[in-house]
Amino acid sequence: MSPLLQVADVSVSYGKVEAVRSVSLEVREREIVTVIGANGAGKTTLLSAVMGILPLKGSVQFCGENIVRQDIEDRVADGLSLVPEHRELFATMTVEDNLELGAFRIAKSVAAQSQERVYGLFPRLKERRKQLAGTLSGGEQQMLAMGRALMGAPKLLMLDEPSLGLAPIIVADIFRIVTELRAAGVSVLLVEQNAKAALEIADRAYVMELGEFVLNGPAAEIAKNEAVAASYLGFSHG
Amino acid sequence: MNTTILLFLLQDGVTNGAIYALLGLALVLVFAVTRVILIPQGEFITYGALTYATLSTGGVPGTAGLALVMGIVAFGFDLFAMRKAFHGGKLLRAALVDIVFPAIVFALAMTLAPHKPGVAVSIALSLAIVAAIGLFLYRIAFQPLAHTSVLVLLIASVGCHLALQGFGLVFFGAEGLRGPSLSDASLNLGQLMFTGQSLAVYGITVALMLALWLFFGFTRFGKALRATAVNRLGARLVGIRTSLSGQIAFLLASVIGAISGILIVPITTLYYDTGFLIGLKGFVAAIIGGLISYPLTAVAAIVVGIVESFSSFYASNYKEVIVFTLILPVLVLRSLAAPAVEEEKD
Repeated sequence: MSPLLQVADVSVSYGKVEAVRSVSLEVREREIVTVIGANGAGKTTLLSAVMGILPLKGSVQFCGENIVRQDIEDRVADGLSLVPEHRELFATMTVEDNLELGAFRIAKSVAAQSQERVYGLFPRLKERRKQLAGTLSGGEQQMLAMGRALMGAPKLLMLDEPSLGLAPIIVADIFRIVTELRAAGVSVLLVEQNAKAALEIADRAYVMELGEFVLNGPAAEIAKNEAVAASYLGFSHG
Repeated sequence: MNTTILLFLLQDGVTNGAIYALLGLALVLVFAVTRVILIPQGEFITYGALTYATLSTGGVPGTAGLALVMGIVAFGFDLFAMRKAFHGGKLLRAALVDIVFPAIVFALAMTLAPHKPGVAVSIALSLAIVAAIGLFLYRIAFQPLAHTSVLVLLIASVGCHLALQGFGLVFFGAEGLRGPSLSDASLNLGQLMFTGQSLAVYGITVALMLALWLFFGFTRFGKALRATAVNRLGARLVGIRTSLSGQIAFLLASVIGAISGILIVPITTLYYDTGFLIGLKGFVAAIIGGLISYPLTAVAAIVVGIVESFSSFYASNYKEVIVFTLILPVLVLRSLAAPAVEEEKD
């Protein structure tokens, strides 16, 4: 079976600066794939380009179809969803409205089921449903951003640094939910600086440095790799 | 001054203020969603009013033809945009909205106008014509510029205003027109006499505000429009097309402008360029509301109307000066209160 997402030989430039250089990656169904790397390695740029926010060179196939020429909105309708680093919530609207808009492209009857599911995953959001999104705590905002993305019933959820700036206990909670999503049939492409936590839940991993993938393989193997351990996991096996 | 004059001036001010409120709300809406400062709002007023007046005298307004031509141009833009990723459903939708809709309106105007249609038919046709023009104006002039700065959009806006005003002169001539009033009834309350027309102004203003409130608070498209205003990238990431939001915003603004024009034209004679000045007063209210706040804009509009009616009584030569001077203290206060913000880039 062809992979859900196939990124082949993709480069992304900001003017003359090439932030991502001929990168290839794939995500199969029911798989958590993580891209780890230091700040500025080009991880966010890669996700933005796959989503269509930035133009790219190369090919991106989603569900066997080349989506490079589609705009963001069509990619969303096809089942590709991004939770961006800055979350991009509708701050002056309620939690409930944010979620409802997450289901903008799907039928109202289906949206009601999605909402049940999202409230099941994030009971905190249900408690706060009448509150304005901008008044939530950082962890709750991350949950809302993920919930909003899930409302559209995506096939592939791309998470950009979901752990950024959150307390460890909340990070653990969010990563637990990511594994629950895989069990429910949603594939996840997870971009993280927090390599340790990401490698614990991922099936496969890519290591990104200066715009290129320097290493990839099953997450358990990557976690054991000495160079990775020294650079990203904060300890060495030496 | 006696109470009769006071009450009369207040009543006059509130009637005008209600119309400015509608216009101010439309300006805030369009700016929030598209970042366009809608200077052609005045032309929507004029077009609505004069189209209505022309139809009710049995003439075919030039605006009907303009809507059709703009629709054809808009269709060309849509085709060009689809050259990379062709999509049958989108093509059909574009053809229906851009060609079929204005063509039907044009045909109706051609066949109905010579029979001097009644007030209701004239209003419906005028609204449809101006709505089409507003929608296509966004598609042709602003959608291709959607990613540019507020300043570029403002310059485009000025250009549209001048072009549409020129067309207005061609279509309606330099003489002013008046339209039939919506109702000839009148109501006496103590010393005050309310004409049917001014009652219609209050009723329609309140009904429109209520409808807008329901639309933005409770419907998916209304919420999508608010979402686009709050966070454009966030909106795109849930699949809301910012171009669709922009089209809806322009559609609403043009209909609101046309309704305002139709409400005014039985009261005063309108010329091809009168709309601009009326629109500017809505703009004063919108500025007082910071181009953000709907309630503040509505209240400010009523104040603008009342100030205008009092100054036309006491110092009629300085009427406009006094009204537009209202902006100055507001701008000073706002610039002192608000921290300097750089324009967001997206």
